[in-house]
Amino acid sequence: MARLTYSSRRQLEEHTFHPAVVLLVPFAALFLQVYLPRLWPRLAVLDLPLIVVIFFGVARRSPIYGTITGAVIGLLQDAFTGQAIGVNGISNAVVGYAAASVGVRVDVENPLTRTVLAFGFTMVQGFLYFLIVRHLLGMDARWLWGYQLIRAVANTLVAVVAFALLDRTVRRQT
Amino acid sequence: MESFFSRYKNVLVLVAVLLAQVLGLATQVHREQRGATTESGKVILLRYWASAAVSPFERALMYMGHGIRNGWGGYLDLRHLRQQNQDLRSEVERLRLEQAGLASDARQGKRLQALLEFKEKYVYKTVAAQVIGTGGSDQSHVFYVDKGSADGVQADMPVITPDGIVGKVREAFPHTSLVLEIDDSTSGAGAVLETTRIRGVLRGVASSQLPLIYVLPDERIKPGEQVLTSGGDQVFPPGLPIGRVQSIRPDPDHDPYVDVVVKPAADLERLEEVLIVTDVQSQPPPATAQDVLGSEALAADQIANQQKAASVVAERLPGLKDPNAAAPADAAATAAGGSANPPPVKVAPALHPDRYTPGDTPDAEQMTPGAASHAGTGAGVGTGSGTGIEAGTGTEKKGEGKPRL
Repeated sequence: MARLTYSSRRQLEEHTFHPAVVLLVPFAALFLQVYLPRLWPRLAVLDLPLIVVIFFGVARRSPIYGTITGAVIGLLQDAFTGQAIGVNGISNAVVGYAAASVGVRVDVENPLTRTVLAFGFTMVQGFLYFLIVRHLLGMDARWLWGYQLIRAVANTLVAVVAFALLDRTVRRQT
Repeated sequence: MESFFSRYKNVLVLVAVLLAQVLGLATQVHREQRGATTESGKVILLRYWASAAVSPFERALMYMGHGIRNGWGGYLDLRHLRQQNQDLRSEVERLRLEQAGLASDARQGKRLQALLEFKEKYVYKTVAAQVIGTGGSDQSHVFYVDKGSADGVQADMPVITPDGIVGKVREAFPHTSLVLEIDDSTSGAGAVLETTRIRGVLRGVASSQLPLIYVLPDERIKPGEQVLTSGGDQVFPPGLPIGRVQSIRPDPDHDPYVDVVVKPAADLERLEEVLIVTDVQSQPPPATAQDVLGSEALAADQIANQQKAASVVAERLPGLKDPNAAAPADAAATAAGGSANPPPVKVAPALHPDRYTPGDTPDAEQMTPGAASHAGTGAGVGTGSGTGIEAGTGTEKKGEGKPRL
């Protein structure tokens, strides 16, 4: 198998999606995010919009697209909560940018890579969220390693399944 | 210049997006610090759009779930309905009688409150609402209900359940409302301990145990004591249950104070239906007042029935009847006079009087020393029940009036 360069990988594997997918998948993630905890409150530990941001970021491999996708989904996620609008918007924008940047450089089709990415980006998003709430908003927030690890593991498990399902919506450009 | 933008366009877009959001956050925080109680129009609009996009689906799922659960639950309930109905009826009767007793205490309490010029606020009008969604975050404890400004809901209205308070309305949209739970980190409520009347501020934290802060150490505070709303926050009416004291621990940030850890009475994680208090007044609502009147009438009926049964028994058993009992008119007059002294005990007349019979003994002044009959009888002897016996007064001279046994 020929080794792909930075530019060739990007040119060969930049995926696109049907506009309906681009609209409906984030909407479904946001809807489930606010609805599922009503059935079982422990499910609030999941961050389905973040999983979608990571997926679109690594699949499109466009940092601009990743940034905007992360910001929009994060802002909508904030709109459902009682907190200031922008907390998730900022952290998800950074994650979207980083996911797209990583997606350019590594093979994101590999399940192991996806697992590591989902775990790592969930931890990064949690840390950014903590920084924003604690230092930008000046609110009382604590970094809880146990909670963050559980959250990252839970999101990773869901992300592996969700990525496999969302792969079916990809329109590959060659 | 063109090459700079094209080379760093990704980073520039990221920085621009982040800057815009940081500015937006700063505006919101600045607005809060200026004491604004409501958010700006744009933020509310964004929240409204998000809620409006999702709430129809949440409602549909909720009604579907309710339909299925109600169908199955209805079938199960029908099997035990008759017995349950009887049990509930007897329970209602018992509670109404109990309420009649409590009503008199409440009236006394109101008189005392009037003396203290303390205005009691009653939950006058509520709107029942279904929980249709959550905020979807562990960090922000909010939920959405299916009632909004079209149903009379407004921001800052208290939200309760029969178990206790839940939170307050954060934003009221036309057909939905965003409710901030009492365990959200931005939430707070004025609280008072039920028995010790110690006041504090209930602070929201992201756990099931809420601290009551600014409380001075007091040995009287014990786990299990009920915590009520104090009304000092101008949101919750006073007297609503919040929860129970779970433990007391020192407050590391405020040295002389302790944190009284409170377990909320309402199950905040499993809310299905809530009540939004849309109106509080100084008079009890008509339904409550009517219920109290009904229970008082029921209690009066029961007392009348008991008296009637007692009179029937007394008629059938003449020995139990007191012929010397004061007439009802006299009793009424005594009651109206407000005399605190009970009437003297009257001894029932004997069927076959003899020399020991009280009242059959002549006055001491009329008795002759050495006389044969009736002299000095009955001193403290006879059928009396102890006090107030009329016979044998003042006849205890030595060697005189001695009863002949």
